Amino acid sequence: MIPLSWYMSLAAILFAIGVCGFLTRRNLIMMFLSIELMLNAVNLNMVAMSHYMESMRGQVFTFFIITVAAAEAAIGLGIAVTLYRSRKTVHVDEVNQLKG
Amino acid sequence: MFNYFFFLYCAVVIVGTGLLAITMRNPVHSVLMVLVLFFHMAGLYLILNAEFLAAVQIIVYAGAILVLYLFVVFLVSIREELRMDRFVPSSWVGRIIAAGIAVSLISMLPAFKLGPKGRWPVERVVEVTHTKAIGMEMYSSYILPFEIAGLILLIAVIGGLVLAKHDDEASAK
Repeated sequence: MIPLSWYMSLAAILFAIGVCGFLTRRNLIMMFLSIELMLNAVNLNMVAMSHYMESMRGQVFTFFIITVAAAEAAIGLGIAVTLYRSRKTVHVDEVNQLKG
Repeated sequence: MFNYFFFLYCAVVIVGTGLLAITMRNPVHSVLMVLVLFFHMAGLYLILNAEFLAAVQIIVYAGAILVLYLFVVFLVSIREELRMDRFVPSSWVGRIIAAGIAVSLISMLPAFKLGPKGRWPVERVVEVTHTKAIGMEMYSSYILPFEIAGLILLIAVIGGLVLAKHDDEASAK
């Protein structure tokens, strides 16, 4: 039996990789991709804990997380395409009209 | 025994492709690395006796969301990122923050205690297949979140349509 802490450490490492990608890449598409990595880390945590607690709650919640992630990816990428249409860039450092 | 080797293989590939995905310059390569990562996540779900979730992961994440990402990458026609003035000048701030998050999450693991066990031991999940187990749980206790998830998807479809409309009607007036 694989200990639960192995799954949780893997989820923590994947979450940290997602955070690193979100903070270092300055491209909107890559930032959204890092958000998907973070959501997958949380999914892995939920499914592993649901397996070890002998319950179905974690897996049902994971199902909803996948659903909401799909909806969020669609809307986020729609916003990225609209941003590209008006500003001709998806580099977030250049979207600085509100800068003081 | 097989579980150990499979878990170690999936873990190594997940961490490796994750690191490659966030460091590659070409966005198409990053999306392909994330695709490999999603397949190995589905593999981990399989050894956790969650085969319905593994199938959903492959169909929805690898099959729909990543294809959407690829479409947008090609639509936006990203070149390799040039060196330009960044908002936060150094990338090391992000890396140190991420390393700090990993260290603090992993160091809190020994203090973690599981709660009371539920009513679904592994034998019962295997006997009533996992799909039926999720169905029994979701349609009895979680029917309201299920309907709300349907509403969220409806909002996403309408929002996507509105965002993708051209402004021809507005400018023709």
